[in-house]
Amino acid sequence: MEVFVQQLINGITLGSIYGLIAIGYTMVFGIIGMVNFAHGDVFMVSAFIALIAYLVLTTWLGVSSVVLALFVVLIVAMLLTSLVSWAIERLAYRPLRGSFRLAPLISAIGMSIFLMNFVQVAQGPRNKSIPPLIRGEFLLIDSATYKVSLSHKQLIIWAVTALLLAAFWYVVSRTSLGRAQRACEQDRKMAALLGVNVDRTISATFVIGAALAAVAGTMYLTHYGVVSFADGFVPGVKAFTAAVLGGIGSLPGAVLGGLLIGLIETFWSAYFSTDYKDVAAFSILAITLIFLPQGILGRPDVEKV
Amino acid sequence: MSEAAAATPARADRGGALKDAGITALIALGLFLPLIGLRTVQNIRNELVLETRWPLLAACVGAVVAVRLLGTLVVAPMLARRPAATLAARAAKSARRARLPRVLGPLAIGFAMTYPLLVIWLVGATGANKWIDNFGIQILIYVMLGLGLNIVVGLAGLLDLGYVAFYAVGAYSYALLAKTFGLSFWMLLPLAGILAAFWGILLGFPVLRLRGDYLAIVTLAFGEMIRLVLINWVPVTNGYAGVSGVPRPTFFGIAFNASDQGFAAIFGLAFSPTHRAFFLYYVILGIGRAWEALREDEIACRSLGINTTVTKLTAFAIGAMFGGIAGAFFAARQGFISPESFTFMESAVILSIVVLGGMGSQIGVAIAAIVMIGGTEILRELDLLRAVFGAAFDPTQYRMLIFGFGMVLIMVWRPRGLIASRQPSVSLHNGVPPAGDLVKEGRG
Repeated sequence: MEVFVQQLINGITLGSIYGLIAIGYTMVFGIIGMVNFAHGDVFMVSAFIALIAYLVLTTWLGVSSVVLALFVVLIVAMLLTSLVSWAIERLAYRPLRGSFRLAPLISAIGMSIFLMNFVQVAQGPRNKSIPPLIRGEFLLIDSATYKVSLSHKQLIIWAVTALLLAAFWYVVSRTSLGRAQRACEQDRKMAALLGVNVDRTISATFVIGAALAAVAGTMYLTHYGVVSFADGFVPGVKAFTAAVLGGIGSLPGAVLGGLLIGLIETFWSAYFSTDYKDVAAFSILAITLIFLPQGILGRPDVEKV
Repeated sequence: MSEAAAATPARADRGGALKDAGITALIALGLFLPLIGLRTVQNIRNELVLETRWPLLAACVGAVVAVRLLGTLVVAPMLARRPAATLAARAAKSARRARLPRVLGPLAIGFAMTYPLLVIWLVGATGANKWIDNFGIQILIYVMLGLGLNIVVGLAGLLDLGYVAFYAVGAYSYALLAKTFGLSFWMLLPLAGILAAFWGILLGFPVLRLRGDYLAIVTLAFGEMIRLVLINWVPVTNGYAGVSGVPRPTFFGIAFNASDQGFAAIFGLAFSPTHRAFFLYYVILGIGRAWEALREDEIACRSLGINTTVTKLTAFAIGAMFGGIAGAFFAARQGFISPESFTFMESAVILSIVVLGGMGSQIGVAIAAIVMIGGTEILRELDLLRAVFGAAFDPTQYRMLIFGFGMVLIMVWRPRGLIASRQPSVSLHNGVPPAGDLVKEGRG
């Protein structure tokens, strides 16, 4: 029982990081029908930006308050990562809009390779680690054999994720930008005829996705305290799995899928073996797609002829 | 922005271009400031500290602005002056391009046949090994992989992102069977292909009813799963450590080594590792050609039938077979394999070769393999760059960086690949095939 509760806490933490990345995949897929392969690497870049911003704050400016530092780091990472994603969309994807289906995908794969190697060359191939930002934990269950704890950083990750998801939810469902996005998702040509600036809406989609990935990147850095140039691929693929599992194109589905993948991964590691935890995640992806192609919350897809 | 700038007269243009360049500079500054301007390094106490690199940052931003200015002031007006091509002109151009493979094909095969001899003639027998082995054989392995994936992606229209799985199955089949049972190269070559094809059918069966992108993701997952199994199934695959001492190919039982029974001794030649490279090169070339012929028939026959599942499965299996055989060659050439050789990156590289070559075009695949693999291999060699950027400059570091950027650039420049044509192998009345850029892509 104690183990179960502890794994539940760990799984939700990991799952919220996956969920945040998954939103970026699902939104882009929903609006332009493209698997943004570089999104995992955008997440990795955001973690690096967060790391550098944190170092600037603490070693140069001497900011000692962790909460303030984290807040500023989050804002800086969100802004700069959005810029990165905007530039990627502008340079590598927009010229290929309306081209055949595989072209943007290949371009995205190229971009993914580029980003990974760019960070490797610019920042060096070694793991970058920082001392834990936030210490301390709440002891929830203190039995003789096992202690269940909820650390402060986990709590912060939950709170920040929930807060930003709420803000994001508001943008998508209540603002004119969100309405334009949903319009483009349904019919891009018709939306353009009705006066929606399609290019700007798509750019905004990339920017929002990247900002959420930056939140995930900052949380990842806070949680693990270490990041390397190769850290984008596996979380990226898992987040994509989460998006598919929840039903690609569906925003609550992405969050739900992220939580599920996070939980499955932690429970698998705890009860079976850590060696095959990724195999478990990928098997779930394959099984979902074969038996439930529209995902948990997705709409069944009608093929237009 | 650039389109609008090009339409206005040149005089008003200048100020606009400057403003545009200013904005570009700001964006580039924002992009590069954290990652290039600042560098995280570990100090003596193992803490991360920041180093600044302002000159490098300035150089990068300057380069971006220069490219942007060149684009708005020179390239865009030039493009605007060029008259728009009519539909007929485009069709004619496309048709000309479509004829290209027919001329290029025999030429390319001729070149491939004589390449090792040419190398020996140019650099002498001692230096030739590097060029035949590293260059020739590696490119041929990628051509073979590209042709295999081309069947799946280019002809059957199934996007496979986990192609490396079959490559791995082939390589491990060869390595393990040759090492454990001492089976010969010639026996294992078809066996590796058959085993990979078997896996292709096994994996293909459940996933083939999925459409486009979903199929891509499931195949990606399968590719990763096979790699993870190779890593974790230590008793059989030896995990991360990989399989070393993989038996090398022999010339019908005669080994290519310096011993008395070796190839060199028996044929009265001085021993040289080049012989093996030479031999392997021609075997790959020959088998590649033979497969290609078989493939044409097989696909053509099957496509005339009705059963699409069988067709797709056949395409999947034949594609996998190519991958398996290429894997066997890879293992035989390296003598050492580990799961690290079969990452997703490898699948991405092979897929990019197929797409950059223009899907469905065989000569395109070959050209793309030479450009992408040969090009990045050449980056290893360029001492010239070192002379320009100083002795500390290591060109190999930038290999994959340039590779990735090259992929994006080629895609933006020619989204349909280098040779964009869908040539029917059989056409009515000797008709001109429709231009690649005039037809929409069909769904497989």
